[in-house]
Amino acid sequence: MSPITVTILNAIIAVVAGVAGAVVLFWILNKLTELLPSKPQELVKPYVFILPAFAALGLYLVYPFFQTLVYSFANADSTAFIGLANYEALLSSPNFQTTLVNTFLWILIVPSFAIVFGLLIATLADRLRPTGEKVSKTLIFLPLAISAVGSVAIFRLIYGAAPTTQNQTGLLNAIWVALGNNPIQWWQTSDFKLNSLTLMVILIWTQAGFAMVLLSAAIKGVPTDTLEAARIDGAGEGKIFFRIVIPQIRATMITVFITVLIGVLKTFDVVYVATNGGFGTNIIALNFYQALYVQRNAGQAAAIVIMLMIVIVPFLIYQIRQFRAEEASR
Amino acid sequence: MSQSTTVPPVSNPGQTKDPRTTAIRPRRRKESGGHGEDAGAPAPLWVKIVIALLCLMWIIPVFGLAVTSLRDRTDAAASGWWSIFTGPSQLSRLTVENYVQLFQQTDMATAFVNSLAITLPATIIPILIAAFAAYAFTFMEFPLRNFLLVFIVALLVVPNQVAFAPILNIYGQFGLNGQFAAAWLAHIGFGMALATYLIRNYMATLPREIIESAKIDGATHFQTFWKLIVPMSTPALASFAIFQFLWVWNDLLVALIFIGPGPNQPLTVSLVSLLGQQGQGDQLLTAGAFFTMVLPIIVFLSLQRYFVRGLTAGSVKG
Repeated sequence: MSPITVTILNAIIAVVAGVAGAVVLFWILNKLTELLPSKPQELVKPYVFILPAFAALGLYLVYPFFQTLVYSFANADSTAFIGLANYEALLSSPNFQTTLVNTFLWILIVPSFAIVFGLLIATLADRLRPTGEKVSKTLIFLPLAISAVGSVAIFRLIYGAAPTTQNQTGLLNAIWVALGNNPIQWWQTSDFKLNSLTLMVILIWTQAGFAMVLLSAAIKGVPTDTLEAARIDGAGEGKIFFRIVIPQIRATMITVFITVLIGVLKTFDVVYVATNGGFGTNIIALNFYQALYVQRNAGQAAAIVIMLMIVIVPFLIYQIRQFRAEEASR
Repeated sequence: MSQSTTVPPVSNPGQTKDPRTTAIRPRRRKESGGHGEDAGAPAPLWVKIVIALLCLMWIIPVFGLAVTSLRDRTDAAASGWWSIFTGPSQLSRLTVENYVQLFQQTDMATAFVNSLAITLPATIIPILIAAFAAYAFTFMEFPLRNFLLVFIVALLVVPNQVAFAPILNIYGQFGLNGQFAAAWLAHIGFGMALATYLIRNYMATLPREIIESAKIDGATHFQTFWKLIVPMSTPALASFAIFQFLWVWNDLLVALIFIGPGPNQPLTVSLVSLLGQQGQGDQLLTAGAFFTMVLPIIVFLSLQRYFVRGLTAGSVKG
């Protein structure tokens, strides 16, 4: 058998075994509970149903969180406690300070622009005929299906730079040079954070479709009668948009902002693939990966995750509040 | 249950199929209806132009990659992909040679199979586990239920990064690193909160009377789950499935850490190594990048409706 056939067979066996295993697990758990007399069975059954889910969450998020918290106070190979030294070392390092500044810019700029573009497209496409609306939205939405690695491969053809003597094969430089300038190494130029900004464009490109879908649903939910009433009163389209539509979709805008923000905080692959954090482009999620794998410093890596976690806590609280409000109104 | 009118209207597009919801909200337009359609007048020209420009901005990068992947190496190095519009001879020089080379010289075909072997179980298994949990949260009463539900909502935003170092240590003890199962289990764990949350939100909109009557007919919870609730929840299960499929297929971080470069590496890891060998492999890179996108784009386009429904039902509710 050729190697690829073996791989395919292995893959099929793995898929079948994995899925069948999960089904059998539930069947056995259910049979075991049914052995109990009916009173305790009623009591135990809900927990049996949620047990595998919580086992997964416990093993992959809850336990590791506490373990990471402990590691963050320990040395590089987690053999001795060193107190707050990891945090002190990180916060006093100029590189990490740059990382923090960059991360802050990323979580401010990417969600904002994703919302601006998403809102623009959602509002305008809402006025097109159904086919036009559908096609334009699909095009904007499409990058969401593309991996970050793939996006960087795509954008290399936009940001590419060739020596002055050659034809520019990167679209942006081709335009820039045609206007009479010298080509720019977009990803290596750290003046005014130019390289970080050009990398952010990639993430905005993928996230705008996400913002658009949610905002579009919200805009469609704005009752037509309020819009009609405003039109009859002689309000211009701009005024209607800012005074009537925006206030009504504000809650959705906040949700989109936070969802994209949290996504951006966890994103490491765009920068990893494009510059590997060089030229002053590092961000916190990538810095974590480098601490763990390049510098092999489990203590600092853990401290970075804990700081990431601290940034996320306010949003976590907001999320829970929102959920409680929704449930109360159910 | 879902008879409220105070829920922000946006949280409902996924549920318009539920006859009761539509009955309560007669004002709600059908999903495709825009405000422009009601007005009956065609959109002004400037709207069409702005939309057209935005669509171009969004699709040109992908188009550029597709064209470049069909140009031979010297052509691609000598001029930009847009020269197929300026020099007609360039158009006739397009070739699939890069793709032929890609499969001869790289392990992309194996990586494709690996990606499938990682993605399929990592998509299907969590759905089953989460559906059971969602059923319990929706249709069963038990102490700590609400607390545990809020706990899941909180876990939605916890970064996966917390898990890597501790899980690597555990995997090391069991020799799991580098195996498909290492990635499955990780994706099951990382996707579980969203899966449970999305599916429960949908189940909460199902009519309770059906469950009650099934109970009276003597059906156990296990039977009700399989015969009634799973079929009725198909839209929610499908929308999570698409989420998870795209997420796992496009994932680089979990693949790098738990599988790493090697015989089991998925497409994203292969593509990174192509990106690394700049210069010699540029024509393979464009072809390879496009190749990795084909399946997710097909899945996405054909199931877009479910995906949108999942997004609007899930994220806004949170």
